[in-house]
Order: sequence, then C-alpha cells, then structure tokens
Amino acid sequence: MLDVLMKVFGKSEKKSGKIAKERLQFVLIRDRASLSPEIMDRLKNDIIAVLSKYMEINTNEMEISFANDSESAALIANIPINSMRQNLRR
Amino acid sequence: MSKIIVITSGKGGVGKTTTTANVGVGLAMRGNRVVLIDTDTGLRNLDLLLGLENRIMYDLIDVTSGRVPYKKALVRHKKYESLFLLPTSQIKDKSAVNPEDLVKLCNEMNSEYDYIIIDCPAGIEQGFKTAIAAAECAIVVTTPEISAVRDADKIIGELARADKNNIKLVVNRIRPQLVEKGDMLDMGDIDEILSINCIGQVPDDEAVVMATNRGEPVITMNGSPAGQAYKNIVGRICGEDIPFLKPPKEGFFAKLKKLFGLL
Ligand SMILES: Nc1ncnc2c1ncn2[C@@H]1O[C@H](COP(=O)(O)OP(=O)(O)OP(=O)(O)O)[C@@H](O)[C@H]1O
Ligand SMILES: [Mg+2]
Repeated sequence: MLDVLMKVFGKSEKKSGKIAKERLQFVLIRDRASLSPEIMDRLKNDIIAVLSKYMEINTNEMEISFANDSESAALIANIPINSMRQNLRR
Repeated sequence: MSKIIVITSGKGGVGKTTTTANVGVGLAMRGNRVVLIDTDTGLRNLDLLLGLENRIMYDLIDVTSGRVPYKKALVRHKKYESLFLLPTSQIKDKSAVNPEDLVKLCNEMNSEYDYIIIDCPAGIEQGFKTAIAAAECAIVVTTPEISAVRDADKIIGELARADKNNIKLVVNRIRPQLVEKGDMLDMGDIDEILSINCIGQVPDDEAVVMATNRGEPVITMNGSPAGQAYKNIVGRICGEDIPFLKPPKEGFFAKLKKLFGLL
C-alpha cells in the first residue's frame, strides 16, 4: 500500500537493479585499487626516486596507503622531508 | 592448429561446465573436431552433462603422469563423432596437474583438432592457473548478480596479469522479467562495469535442468531459449556477426493470468 502511495506521489523507490549497479561500481573501485604488497613496494620506490630529485626525504618514516570510502579511492602519502636540494634554489 | 579456449569464472556454480558442454557440442554439430578438457579435478561434471560418464577408462592425470597416451583417454561422443572428452580424475586433487602439463598436452593435441575447450574450476587458485596456462582465449562466465560480477572482475584482472588479453564474456541465467522490471542488472550495466566484449546472454531456462538430467546439452533441444542463445555463442566464436536476441517480453495473456493468480 505504502508502495502504491509512494508511486502516486512520485517518490518511487530506486529499482534494485540500479542499486546493484551503483554498489558494484563503488566496490570495484576499491577492489581494483587494492594492490599486492609487492606492487605497493614498487610504487613506493618509484615515488622515492622521483621525489629524491627535488628533496631529501625520510624514507624510514614515509607512509603510503590507499584510502577508500563508498564514493572514491585515494592514494594517501605522508612523506617527511629532511631538506630541499640546494641546487634547486636558484 | 587448434583454437584453445578456457571457460572460467570467479564465483562457482555460474554455468562454466554447462557453457563448455554446449559450446563443445555446438562446434561439433558444425563439423569441427573438438576436444573438451575437464580440469575440475576432484569435482568432475562435464562427463555427466555430456552423458559420457559410463565410458570413462582413463583420465587427465593418467595422461599427464605419462601412464597412457592422451588418445587412449579420450572419450568419443556417441552422437557427435567429432567431439571428444578428456575427463579428469574424481579422486585426485588440483595439485595433481600443473600448468606445464597442460601446455604440453595442448601442444601435442594442437594439429589434430579445431578447438580445444578447457573447463576451469571456480576460483583463482592452482586449478585456475593450470586451466588457463595453454589458452589463447578466455570466456568468463557470470550471472547478473552483484557477487558474481565482482568475482568476474577479479578473474579478468588475474587473466590480464597472466597476459591473457583475449577475454570474452558470457552472462548466464538472465531473467528477462526481472530485467524488465529494473530488478536485475542488464547487459548494458555489466558491459559498462566490466568493459569486456560480450559474446553471449543466456536466459535462465528450465530446459537446462532437463538437458542436464538427460545428459544431452540444451543446444540440442530445438525451441529452447537457452539452446538458441548457445547456438548464437557458437556462431560468434566462429566469427559470425550475430545480433543479440531481445529478451522475450512477457505477453499480455501471461500478464493477465498473473494478475488473476493463475501463474
Ligand atoms: N541458463 C541456465 N538456466 C537454468 N539453470 C542453469 C543455467 N545455467 C546453469 N544452470 C544450472 O546451474 C547449475 C550450475 O551450473 P554449472 O555446473 O554449469 O556451473 P559451474 O560454473 O560449472 O559450477 P562449478 O563452479 O561448481 O564448476 C547447474 O545445476 C545448472 O543446471
Ligand atoms: Mg563446473
């Protein structure tokens, strides 16, 4: 009955097929972003290599991880800098 | 030269073995020489679906361990004489065959058959790695359910990682009424999510159950919607450009009957 009323007042519920699609799209962002530890290591080393051209970073304390919520995925990096490269000042 | 195709899925029970049996029979009906290899060691079923369970003498493990030449283990189909089954062992487990064994076997078979079709076990463990090793093309089977599609995505990632980039999709057990009501993922949705070339949409069809009971794949039953869908898949595998069937719409009378609680 409530269902019918909702339809009459145009507040029809979202179809379950549509809900399934949206949930899948979100969960796959997450699934596809979870990389294996070895790939994470490679990524980390590549980041170190690039950043080291510009600054001296504290590789022991750097942290890289993926953050996911239901809407998006992000790469979160916390990379302490020891010093900037002198030759870049000019 | 044989075309080597593996039929795989992430989630179990979505229709790999059913697809393997139907595609195999369909290709043989067109006159191709076909070998079906069951790699679901310990849980073999392909023999039952083909009605060949009583004719098995040797199995895949007998072949890969060198006990018998592969030709001795092949079971010829009663009706479609260019179709052969290489059953696996029901007693051993997946560790009994490794990827190199399968590559070697397929190399040996290569000149004799037009198609080698490999029925893969569910999951991404050793059995999967063995099943895909020799294949140049993978058919991923899924149902239109959220968990099966997610697992299909995982398998597609694993295939890509193994450098298997010729991947096709079959969506099985579609229920047109539910799709029409908006309560089931449709082909467009799944295409968009997985972005894989789809070569088949098979409706959920009770004829599949009857066919399995008889040991005669549904593709041999004229007039069954699933059988027709499998015929189209076989045509597409052979390179024909076949448009997708529109799901049969529920007729007016069916709707009326339902309304009066007669269905
Ligand atoms: N289109 C269909 N309509 C109705 N029933 C179906 C259809 N496809 C498959 N089935 C049924 O679903 C069940 C599982 O099918 P099947 O054994 O082919 O799946 P599978 O992916 O090989 O499973 P496993 O992962 O255990 O190897 C069987 O009982 C089969 O009859
Ligand atoms: Mg199976």
